[in-house]
This record gives sequence, structure tokens and C-alpha cells, in this order.
Amino acid sequence: MYAHSVELDVSKCTGCTTCIRHCPTEAIRIRNGHAVINEERCIDCGECIRLCPNNAKRAMCSKFEHYQHYKWKIALPAPALYGQFDGLEDVDTVLQGLLDIGFDDVFEVASAAELVTEYTRLYLKTEGIKKPVISSACPAVVRLISLRYPYLRDNIMPILPPIEIAAALARKKAKEEHPDFDDGDIGIFFISPCPAKVSYIRNGFGDYKSKIDVVVSLKDIYFMLMGVLKRGTSPKVSSNAGMIGIGWASSGGEASAILNDKYLAADGIENINKVLDAIENGNIPQLEFVELNACPGGCVGGVMTIENPYIARTRLQSVRRYLPVSLNRLPADMHYIPDSFCSNELPKYMPISRLSESFSESMRMMSEIQKIRDMLPGIDCGACGSPSCRAFAEDIVRGTAEISKCCVLKNAAETGDTDDGK
Amino acid sequence: MSESLTFHYDVDGEDFTSAGQASVQVKKNLRRLGIAPDIIRQVSIAMYEGEINMVIHAGGGEADVIVSEDKIDIILADHGPGIADIELAMQEGYSTAPDSVRSLGFGAGMGLPNMKRYMDEMTIDSTVGVGTTIKMTVYLNR
Repeated sequence: MYAHSVELDVSKCTGCTTCIRHCPTEAIRIRNGHAVINEERCIDCGECIRLCPNNAKRAMCSKFEHYQHYKWKIALPAPALYGQFDGLEDVDTVLQGLLDIGFDDVFEVASAAELVTEYTRLYLKTEGIKKPVISSACPAVVRLISLRYPYLRDNIMPILPPIEIAAALARKKAKEEHPDFDDGDIGIFFISPCPAKVSYIRNGFGDYKSKIDVVVSLKDIYFMLMGVLKRGTSPKVSSNAGMIGIGWASSGGEASAILNDKYLAADGIENINKVLDAIENGNIPQLEFVELNACPGGCVGGVMTIENPYIARTRLQSVRRYLPVSLNRLPADMHYIPDSFCSNELPKYMPISRLSESFSESMRMMSEIQKIRDMLPGIDCGACGSPSCRAFAEDIVRGTAEISKCCVLKNAAETGDTDDGK
Repeated sequence: MSESLTFHYDVDGEDFTSAGQASVQVKKNLRRLGIAPDIIRQVSIAMYEGEINMVIHAGGGEADVIVSEDKIDIILADHGPGIADIELAMQEGYSTAPDSVRSLGFGAGMGLPNMKRYMDEMTIDSTVGVGTTIKMTVYLNR
């Protein structure tokens, strides 16, 4: 079973219909007065967390203070972290702050991202690969493709996302510097902007197990940093990422770095669906690379960030301004991608929207759905607890809802008003 | 099982930006029926091209997708100007689309050839001044 990282606080949920109507995979229903998430359909995009007016949805993360048993704690900050602070002049201040709150070392995801950029350029030159190549960095997108776009599964770049590469390199560095440490002494902590990455780390990817030990929320770390960040002092650590690595935090940063103008970058699930539909139908010719981020604005728009994504992006522009383009380059004679950087597994196709395993039963159910849908008012009010009249009809046929829950029909029957609003 | 299912779509000829919506809806419905991904893609491409054609040339029309046990039929019907020379229209690169449409990236003369390429059967019935009906079939080898 896929372990999700979006959870509901039932005591806060009022059973309003905001989340059911905005969930991009129609994974939520209101049952017995509160939201219920269908785990098969959820892609951990965090849209429901973003929109819940009662803060009843939250991302499950670990608390830094609960993992103090590691002798050597390494922080892996997502570059989105750097966009959270007003007037930040250089990244070193934030990295020093991470040491000050109790981490023993820092390994920037942004610097691993620069390596991924380099390997992406190599990968795009590989003969016989399916184009356009789709970025593997956003786990919500990878899961969306495995649920809805099976034909595009082998367009996903087989290179591991920057967080995994950062984790592997951080551990290697720690072991080199501290040969006396056992593997269990070293704890790799990813500071995550979103629940999708939390899920990716908890579940791994097919047979691949994540190399990250603990995922903490960017929000939690932000508040801890607020108490220790001192401007004007000279940090003892220095950042190892340039413009490219930090650019990965917002939409278009990854794609523009491959130095090929035949790219597309889209953010927000609705836009992503449109782009994937167009690619599947062959309507966007000659594209080499596609970067898709489930969150508006890219990772800076993650629901575990503090600042508005567009403000964060502007802040990152000033942080990046005087940086070198990239601090992580491959040696000139490097012409292949090491196996340790690759994931050779395609995401598994999960036909979750299929009505039944039997085709004839699916046909029968679909015909039933069409009949019920014609009876329903078609106003998609959500009061029945399903996101639309169509989904309600499907829920009825699947046996998870009853038509008596339609208050528009009920009202019409009670008042004798046969005008169904159509 | 002998019952077939029909999905009916009106293709709005007024609005260029909504072209392709029926194709997306069909895709969703075929996924619900558990149709194989490659067949869904074939149907979706043929539908999309057909929709675009109806919007560009005929001011819209109607699309019916009929799913039966062993095949999917797509019937696209419009009341547009009709196709004078079907053989010519089937040639790759031949198009009567106006420049205004070409500047948007459409009208490359690949619509009909693409539809034929992705379908197992295709027939065009067209009368100049009356309209065009295209019937396409893809077989389900299950």
C-alpha cells in the first residue's frame, strides 16, 4: 500500500466541499460529515492542504527534535528554503543557521540539482530515447503520469531526482570525513517544501528505496531558523550552488538550465494535465524537455513553505544575482551517467479510474452512470459529498453513495417542483 | 454482452480554444471502461484531429463515440462546406485552412492522414454544400 503524507484532522473538518471540488484526481469525498481521502487516487499534490479554509488538512512530517539519536545529522535544504527570508543577501547565512539549530553538516539539494542538470544535458543527447523527456523531479507529476498517462511513462527521465543524489553524496562525504561512523550514526534530513516529496521518500520508487532518513517540514525549520539567523556575522560554511541550482526552486529553472530552447515548463496540476494531454496526442512537436511542477510557481509554491511563491521567486532572483552560473560541473571527459544516478524502473500504470476489472461489467456500470447522471441536476454543488454530479452517479453505481443524498432532487420531490434547473 | 455505449459530444465551432475538449472527455470515459492505453491514445488523437477539422472548416459539429464489445466507432458529422476532392484531402500536407488558422500552428495538412493512420478503418462521406460525415473504427483485440 502506498503511504500517503496528507492527513485530515477530523475535529477541524467541517465537511465543507472546498477540497472535494478542487482535488485534481477527484480523490476526496465527504462522508459522515467530514472529508475522506481515497488513497489509491491521491497523488499527494497538497492542493487540499492549500485550499482548506479550516486548516483541517496537513502534511505528515517528522519533527527534528525527535531524531536526536543520530550522531551526525545532515540537513538537505531544498532551494525553496532560501526564498523564505526577506532581505537575505547570501545563502551562507541560512546554512550557518541550520548548523546553529543543531545540524552537524549541510548538503544543499541545489548543488545536487546542478549535477542533475549536467546529466540531463548528457541524457538528451542519447540516441533512441523517447522525446520529449519529462523531468522526474516532481513526485506528484510522476504519480499523475502513472495514474493517467501510461503512454508517457517512458518519457520520464530515468535520472534520480536531486534529493536522492544529494542524500547519496552527503552520506558518502560524511563517511569519508568520519570513517569511525557506522551507517546508523548518520542521519540524512531532507527539509521538504511539499507532501509529495515526503511520500516519495516514505514509499521509494518501485524497488528503489530512498536514501533519506528523516523528512522535516520546511515550515518547522523556518520557525527554528528565525530564532538564530544573524545578519552581519560571518558564516563558517559556504554555499556550493550557483544560479542554476537555486533556480530549480521555481518553475522553469530546471528546464532553462539545459541550454536548449526546445523546452516547456508548466506548473499547477490543471496546466500540467493540458500539457500532458497535448503531448500524448502529439500536438507539441519538436519538444526536447518538459519540466512540470504540481505546485503553482514550482517548489517555492509547496504547501509547506511560508512565503507566497511569487514573492519567494523574486527573493531568489536577488540571491542568485551575483552567483556563478553553476558550481557543480562534470569533468570534460565524463560522457555517461553513472548507474547510481539512475532509476531504471518505470512508474507502474495503475488504472484507478477503471470501473471494474471486467470489460462487460464496466460497460454495464457506465451505462448505469449515464442514466443516473441524466436524472441529476447537473449543478455540481457537492452537497452530496461527491465532487460533481457525474462523480456522484459513479459513486452510486459503485455502491458508495445513495441517490437520496441529492438534496436538489429531494427538494424537488418535496415541493413538487419538477423544474430540475436544466 | 451485446449492448453498446454511446458518448455524444457537441463540438462548438465558435470557440477555437475549446477544441480538443471532447477528445479529453473521451479519454476519461475510455479509461473508466478499462480500455488499453494505446487504444485510448489512438482514439484520442483521431478525435482531436477530427474536432479541430470541424472547428476550422465546418463551424463545429457533432461527435459520437460508440463502444462495443469488439470495437470503438467514432462518427464525426458536420454541416460544413463538404470536401470537394476526398483523395486530395487525404494527401499529407494538403490543406485548405486559411492563413489565420495556420499562424496558430494548425492547417498542416496532417489531420485526415493522421486520423487514418491511427484507426483501423475510416470512411468519408461528403457532399459539397451539405456537410461531411467521417466514420472511423478501431478494433479491440482482447
